[in-house]
Amino acid sequence: MDKLKTLARRKETLAVIALTMLLLFNVFFTPGFFSLELKEGHFYGSLIDVLKRGAPLMFMAIGMTFVIATGSTDISVGSVASIAGAVAAQMIGGDFSTAAGSAAASLTPLPIAIAAALAVATLCGVWNGFLVSRLGIQALIATLLQVAGRGIAQLITRGNVITMYYKPFFEFGTGYFLGFPICIYVVLAVALAAYLFSKKTSYGLFLESSGSNRSSSRYAGIKVQRMIWVAFAVSGLMAGIAGVLIASEVKAADANNAGLNYELDAILAVVLGGNSMKGGRFSLPGSLIGALLVQALTTTIYMKGVPAQTILVFKAVVVIVVGIIQTTDYGKLLAKFIKKRPAGVFEVEK
Amino acid sequence: MPKETALLQMNDIVKIYPGVRALNNVTFTLYRGEIHSLCGENGAGKSTLIKILTGAEIRDGGDIFLDGIPIFPKTPMDAQKSGISTVYQEINLCPNLSVAENIFIGRQPRKRIGGIDWKKMNRLAETAMARLNIRMDVASMLGEYSVAIQQMIAIARAVDMNSKVLVLDEPTSSLDAKEVRQLFFTMRKLRNAGMGIIFISHFIDQIYEITDRVTILRNGNYIDSQLTKDLPRMNLISKMIGKDIAADVLHKGSEAGAEKSVFYSAKRLGKRGVIAPLDIQIKYGEVLGFAGLLGCGRTETARLIFGIDRADEAEVEINGKRVKILSPADAIRSGIGFCPEDRKTDGIIANLTVRENIILALQGRYGMFRRIPFAKQVEIANHYIELLSIATPGCEQLAGNLSGGNQQKVILARWLTINPDLLLLDEPTRGIDVGAKTEIMNIVVRLAKEGKAILFISSELDEVVRCSDRVLVFRDRSLTGELTGELDARRIMETIAHAGGEAPARSPAEEGLYG
Amino acid sequence: MNPLEKPRMPGFVYRNITFVVAVLLFISFFGLGSVLFKNFFSLQVFCNLLIDNSYLLIAAIGSTMVVIIGGIDLSVGAVIAFCNMSMSYMLTIMKMPLIPAIVIVLLIGTLFGMLHGWLVTFKGFQPFIATLAGQFIARGACYIITVDTIFVDNPFIVKAAIFKIRFLGSFISVGAALAVLMIILFQIIAENTQFGRNIYAVGGNEQSANLMGLPVKRTKFLTYTTSGFLSAVASLVFMLYVLSATGTHGDGLHLDAVASAVIGGALTSGGVGLITGTLFGVLTQGTIRTMITFQGTLSSWWAKIATALLLLMFILIQRAIVTGRERSHVSRKVEAVDPKAVDPKLISEGNYAQ
Repeated sequence: MDKLKTLARRKETLAVIALTMLLLFNVFFTPGFFSLELKEGHFYGSLIDVLKRGAPLMFMAIGMTFVIATGSTDISVGSVASIAGAVAAQMIGGDFSTAAGSAAASLTPLPIAIAAALAVATLCGVWNGFLVSRLGIQALIATLLQVAGRGIAQLITRGNVITMYYKPFFEFGTGYFLGFPICIYVVLAVALAAYLFSKKTSYGLFLESSGSNRSSSRYAGIKVQRMIWVAFAVSGLMAGIAGVLIASEVKAADANNAGLNYELDAILAVVLGGNSMKGGRFSLPGSLIGALLVQALTTTIYMKGVPAQTILVFKAVVVIVVGIIQTTDYGKLLAKFIKKRPAGVFEVEK
Repeated sequence: MPKETALLQMNDIVKIYPGVRALNNVTFTLYRGEIHSLCGENGAGKSTLIKILTGAEIRDGGDIFLDGIPIFPKTPMDAQKSGISTVYQEINLCPNLSVAENIFIGRQPRKRIGGIDWKKMNRLAETAMARLNIRMDVASMLGEYSVAIQQMIAIARAVDMNSKVLVLDEPTSSLDAKEVRQLFFTMRKLRNAGMGIIFISHFIDQIYEITDRVTILRNGNYIDSQLTKDLPRMNLISKMIGKDIAADVLHKGSEAGAEKSVFYSAKRLGKRGVIAPLDIQIKYGEVLGFAGLLGCGRTETARLIFGIDRADEAEVEINGKRVKILSPADAIRSGIGFCPEDRKTDGIIANLTVRENIILALQGRYGMFRRIPFAKQVEIANHYIELLSIATPGCEQLAGNLSGGNQQKVILARWLTINPDLLLLDEPTRGIDVGAKTEIMNIVVRLAKEGKAILFISSELDEVVRCSDRVLVFRDRSLTGELTGELDARRIMETIAHAGGEAPARSPAEEGLYG
Repeated sequence: MNPLEKPRMPGFVYRNITFVVAVLLFISFFGLGSVLFKNFFSLQVFCNLLIDNSYLLIAAIGSTMVVIIGGIDLSVGAVIAFCNMSMSYMLTIMKMPLIPAIVIVLLIGTLFGMLHGWLVTFKGFQPFIATLAGQFIARGACYIITVDTIFVDNPFIVKAAIFKIRFLGSFISVGAALAVLMIILFQIIAENTQFGRNIYAVGGNEQSANLMGLPVKRTKFLTYTTSGFLSAVASLVFMLYVLSATGTHGDGLHLDAVASAVIGGALTSGGVGLITGTLFGVLTQGTIRTMITFQGTLSSWWAKIATALLLLMFILIQRAIVTGRERSHVSRKVEAVDPKAVDPKLISEGNYAQ
């Protein structure tokens, strides 16, 4: 019984339950959701779709988890992803004509191109972190990068949608290994790395401490500013990985549409995963499950025939509802029903 | 004061918070044309009483009569409309608005067509300030002026709103001597015009200089109310602290003859407007106590030592070597730890477990990449849980769930893990039950015996007497005395009460200009 | 030399130095454009600035008010798009009469504003999360109406769209005239009504405003509501400008709106800002965009980047000034005076005749 209680109190529980319920719902009401086909050694089906399409979101959710743990938010992730995709495309080469960047060769060695894209994305994150931690300016600045970031991406692609032809690059987004999409393995690997980083170093502890109580952490000698900075840098890096993945999947860099509206999804994923927007304790597995939940929800809605645009509204409403639930002072509500609390051994508050 | 109907009469005021009776049938009487000081230490209830009067809190029992009419202020606006105005310590005005606007916001004079009449407002504002003998550009921004002048503007607002009662909450905390004199001049003027002024301050000298009557509260109870001139300083202090003048617990003097070496030494440690420069030495193996009334500068001194606030100048030596301590990180590196006064906001991290709270500072020293293995963390945590008798079901319990006393021990444990040479303890026993208090004091004495230097700040004279080898006495933001040898509460109180001497206030014209 | 001790400049200039900077900035850019490009320096080019940015002007008024009170509104562009889409749909597809359609659209914008106001004031939401959610709801709702583009063919609207108000050899559009009127109207509201002054007070120090008895919650709620309302008005003008509706309209407009406010002198920390300053913020951005158009070869994205850079620069400068002010902390001086010299009815010591 006690074990059940501790399990119930875990952050991830709500997300797991919700996901399970959603899957159950699909078992009964969405024909074809669970059908898996094996074609040419690859698995296909809605479930696989969820994993595949959810991969970029999962990356962003990882980064967003760190940022939200500090009590901030990063709404530049979509644009940073777009910038990363643009950088990769430029370096690999591609065009609307088949002239440049052939299927056989890339303008720059693939590892360097990807590394460059990730470096630029991380730089964006470092820049955000600098503004937030050193200058103390917040969401406003992330907004800045969000809009201007798309402009930067447009500049890199010179306003065109760059179609790429270099096959090895596509492996990332569309390739399969042992029947499952490669991107899943990458997600798991990166998620594991992030998890180990937060648990095996004391970064996780410092981050949770800084997010829970900035002042006390400073008194204890924690370099709070640095923790915030790192969180934003990681968020940038994750957005970069997501951006490269998106470009690889779509086989093009579309500065306007890449990563569009991902920020809301990422915030939603993190919040559904049990993380509080006030910051403090965080759960990476929770965010990943949250991301799966968001993606499964999206896929289910698509399969039901609801137009894609409605989902945007739906998700925004969920953010609002979850926010209201989180900020409602249950104590006050309860106090209206309960007349008097017995004077206990509480400490003097005032 | 002649026997007349009181301007303000508060009878049998009761206020209850969960688990504690903050005000227990308190009475307070304010007459017209009087400056009345409300005195009491922390937890005495004076801020609660004022909150009830000014509408920031709602009373649970009792009556309030203003000019004989019962009032029940539920919001700050209610209180203002009734005729009670407050000037808070933080000067709650808007620095981005003009002086005139601050005086008239919410009640600006209107033109016939409906918009705000700026010209009239500015004229009225000039008149309002002139009542206080001040001429200034009322169209300029409030933020351009010093705290002292902003206070005047807040008072002008109160007077202009025909307030009958003016509450001044710690008005002199940020003022220098000249500004205090000018404030007192204004206060006397208002008093002579019939206003009732409630003056809340912990500066004993000022209370004796400016007030006509004094009311003392202690632990939520009304203690006494007398004419200031009829109440000797010693009596006032002993009523506030609750100690009889008759001597009390004697201190078991420290091991005599043991010549201890100096760990920390500072010359001219001070900060303008915060604490007057002082020289201080803290030795290994000794408990140095800071005694004094609330707000006298003890915490401020500790903060300067720990580097949270920057001193104006200071020659600091650690073990004889010159060092610069400009931040907590510097202090920690030099071997100093600090348990802050406010456990909740500056000490305990409620979301984290006891284990995490304890090893936090130590982990901070190791850095991000050298993580203390989990097993070792548990070992360290359990070690201190046992050593300090922390009552917790385990080291994985959330720190926020612990009682105050145990939270304090956790913070102590946190600092002990990094083994500082000097430990600054600011009110470590506040809000803790008696049993835990004794435990903590024993720990303090034991640490000193093991060779650490301890700075012990407490408002409870008992505790200071019991733990300290030496006591520094503070009053009114400066160091006034040092006591060694046989310590007792009476000697300390005498040192606190030791009369100062201030010249009577002169008008601004005689003083010269403001500022 | 302490700037506070210099011989005092006219009060208006000193207090609103950021406004002066905004005006000078605009003049500089306009001057630069005139130097670089032929035919730039003309009244019509200036009027075109007003015409092309009329909707931004109106929306930026709302954003300025929200910034002054210490918040932010990210929904501006999306609400304009949704209102525009709704209006176009009602007029073109549903063939509704004009007046009811306008009323409905104004209502929609106001409702969005009320949603944001409610979430921020009564539910403790961070302004940017509340308005971000609003942005997505509006954007999604836009696409729900249709994913295609609607072309407006209502004859009255078309006439109003091309109507030229002529003066001094140039002309402005109906929308531009409305925008200028709104600026004047809201400048008056900000300076001369209690509501306006309360916004400044609450933005300056919310706790103080509360203790001084001001209606803090009501003021915050109404400010966001007004921003929503103004977005709706802006959408009307926008429709006159583009005569069409599509889901991607207004993308990123919230950046332009906030940038205009900040360039015009608003502090992101709240409490400071000027509606007329925002006018010059919009004009400055418009000038940059016009210069890019005149140049011909640069991508239009440069305008967005330039705006972002300007905004960043201003925020950094503001930070520097504020920290500088906090450090120097030299107080302005006052004089002693005999009360009777100011008002003969006052007596130096004693009662206070009014």
